This record gives sequence, C-alpha cells and structure tokens, in this order.
Amino acid sequence: MKINGNDVTLDAEPRTLLVNFIRENAGLTGTHWGCDTSNCGTCVVLIDGKPVKSCTQLAAMAGGHEVTTVEGLATADGLDSVQEGFIQCHGLQCGFCTPGMMLTARALLNKNPDPTEEVIREAISGQICRCTGYATIVRSIQWAASKDRETAVSLEGANA
Amino acid sequence: MQVPAPLEYERATSVDHAIALMERLGDEARIVAGGHSLIPMMKLRLANPEYIIDINDLREELGHITITDSEVRIGALATHQELLESKELAAVLPIFADAEKVIADPVVRNRGTLGGSLCQADPSEDLSAVCDALGAQCVIRNSSGERVIEMHDFHQGPYETAVADGEMLTEVRIPRRPNSSSAYHKVERRAGDWAVASAGAAIQLADDGTILDGRVGLCAVGPNLTNVQPISDALRGQVPSEELYARVGEIAAANANPATDTRGTAAYKTHLAKELTIRSLRKAVARAQGQNV
Repeated sequence: MKINGNDVTLDAEPRTLLVNFIRENAGLTGTHWGCDTSNCGTCVVLIDGKPVKSCTQLAAMAGGHEVTTVEGLATADGLDSVQEGFIQCHGLQCGFCTPGMMLTARALLNKNPDPTEEVIREAISGQICRCTGYATIVRSIQWAASKDRETAVSLEGANA
Repeated sequence: MQVPAPLEYERATSVDHAIALMERLGDEARIVAGGHSLIPMMKLRLANPEYIIDINDLREELGHITITDSEVRIGALATHQELLESKELAAVLPIFADAEKVIADPVVRNRGTLGGSLCQADPSEDLSAVCDALGAQCVIRNSSGERVIEMHDFHQGPYETAVADGEMLTEVRIPRRPNSSSAYHKVERRAGDWAVASAGAAIQLADDGTILDGRVGLCAVGPNLTNVQPISDALRGQVPSEELYARVGEIAAANANPATDTRGTAAYKTHLAKELTIRSLRKAVARAQGQNV
C-alpha cells in the first residue's frame, strides 16, 4: 500500500488490523488506537481520501490503496490548514482524538469547502472527544475552511 | 488489544471467483465487504472464520445503483454513504435517505454496505425493515446460477438469512410503483448507536386517494417484524387519516415484542413502535400525495 505517498511493502499476518499495521509495522504512531470497537474514531485514517476507522479493517484490505495518516497532513510548505486551525482555535486539549478529527476534517473540506456548523458536527459525529465539548474542534475546522477559501482566492488572483 | 484469530486472506477477482473460493473453502470461509459487522465479531472471537474472502475489488459487478422506469437495482457492495448521497435514489425511494442518515456514523457509512447489513441480519439493523417495507427481492448467486427470493423470506431470524454456504447476495431489486412513496423514522440514543426502535413505511395510493397497498417494517422491537402483515391488512382500501394512522400504530404496538435493556424499557420501545409507525405512515402518504416533506 501507499502510506502518505510512500510505497510501503511489509510482511504482516493476514489477521493484522490496519491500525496495528500502521503503528507497529510501519512505525507511524500518530494514528491512535482507542476503543478498539469502531466507536471512538481516534484511529481514523483516509483510505483513497475517505475517512475509515482503521481498527475495523484488516491491513490486507488496504493493500494497493492509498492510506493517509496524520503524519501525511503537513507538506514541505508547512502545516495543513486544518492543523493550523486546531492550533489557532485550541481544537485540542489532551490530543488523543486529534489525529482522527483532523483527517476527517481534511476529507470534509476537500469535498465541501464551505460547510455549515451542522455539516461539520455531522461529519465528526462518529468520533469522540472527551475534552473540548467539540466547540473548539468545530471552530478549528471553520478556521481551516476560511483559510482554504482565502488561499483559493489569492491563487486565482495570482493566476489572473 | 483485540485481534482476530489467525486466518487466511483471499481477494476475489470476480463474483464467480468469490463463489468458487467459498465452494472450495466451505463453511469456514466468510466474505468481507465493509467489514464493520464481521471484523468486530472476529475481534471478540464471536466469529472465527479460517478464510476471509475480500470482495471489495468487485465494485464494477456489485457497486451499482441502477434506476429504471420499473425498478431500482442496488448492488450488494453499494455503501451506506452512496445510498445516502444518491439524489436519484432519494427521488424515487426517499426511505433510503431517511434511514441512511441515521445508520451508524459518517465514517462507518464510508465502508459499510447494503449487502453486508442485510447478510448480518442483526435484529436492530435498519435496512432489512427498509427493504421488506419496499417489497424488495434479493438476488442470490451460486455456482449453478441465480435465484431471486422475496426480502421477507431472506431474513429468517436474528443473524440468519437464506444465503447458504457457497452462495452470496449480489443485488437487491425494488419494484417502482406509481403514486407511491416511503419514509423512515428512528430513535437512537446518540450518533452511531443501534436503534432504540425504528419504523419504515411504504405506501401506494389508488387514483381515488385511498391506500392501494401499505407496508410497515419495524426494527429492534422483536423478531420477524420487517413487514407487519396485520398493518398491511388494516391499511388496504382505507382513506388516509390521522385516525387510521393511530389505529395502525396500535397494531404495531400489539405486534412489537421488545426486551428491556440498556436502550430502554419494553414499555418505552412499544410506545416508540406505535409513534414511529404513525410518523412514517404520515410522511410516506404525504410524499405519495406529492408533498415535499
């Protein structure tokens, strides 16, 4: 599979769950392992751009697909706008749910650059945060959305 | 850490290949699609298949949502998210969007499939009631061909379906009927939870506005309620009215046989069976009359 753009070919038992493959075989511990029952959503990664709970997939099922983890959000140009938003708006306290929250936020904004608060809350409704009460997470995602829109406008201006 | 028991993994390259694998590997083989029912059971060792046959590469054969003038055909691999987002499907069978909005959570909906939900046959699973209310048919393939059975005969009890070893569900076919519509209502405690109770209704009106055919399916309030026949008998030929809905709601309550558990008392769930039946019928009839609700 590809993880964050890099080809990763490693032997693993067929029963290996994707979350464990990412953390233990590939050594990327940014993806957190939480409830182990597909409820909490801290293990969310993107598979071919869509958020998926990686504790409920076999690693083998992701073979040949593109997996994005939290380590893949930032680029050489700097942090992803979602990461900046979480910093600016205090979108985390303990940080345990944050990787999954940010990946779901990234997938949402790729699909819908101007989501309402209701749409944001629905998008993250499969993920649990016990610190923030969600308000600052929603604000962080809104911050990232407006940053993305500003960037898009200035890029258009530059091209004109 | 929960990890499934040791297994062998095979990836099917076609439906025929998947069926051939199942025939060869016997009852120790299980198909995985979204994996969101099977893998949690494997982690808890409630399911211990020796072979897992991954059918996710079969999107071309099994991922379709095809709408013709006479019917809707949905492939077993269509995901909850695709069923929720299809505007074409919502226009002809709005019950799907109603139900999918409240099935699991958005992340799970990206992977979970129609076929997986129906084959899991969990008594609290929503789509069996949806498909039975719609009078759907299930297409089951094996090595000698296809058989088509009524949804009502597909679901044989909790976690039991008509799919035998060496067979797989490939498609659900739903007849399109004139002057008809449908609706679904569910009560859940929080996003992503199973239903406390839910009800789906499908209604076809006659030209004079009376009910030609009506079906109600209940979920999470007892076995074998995906189509409550006494409700259909009570609706046939009647003029839609609040009095009729109330009467039918009482029939739903009388047929419900829920258990008291952490999601609520039997009395509360029985009340919900009644109230959600009334709301689903009211909305399905309004939609069949052309109202945008």
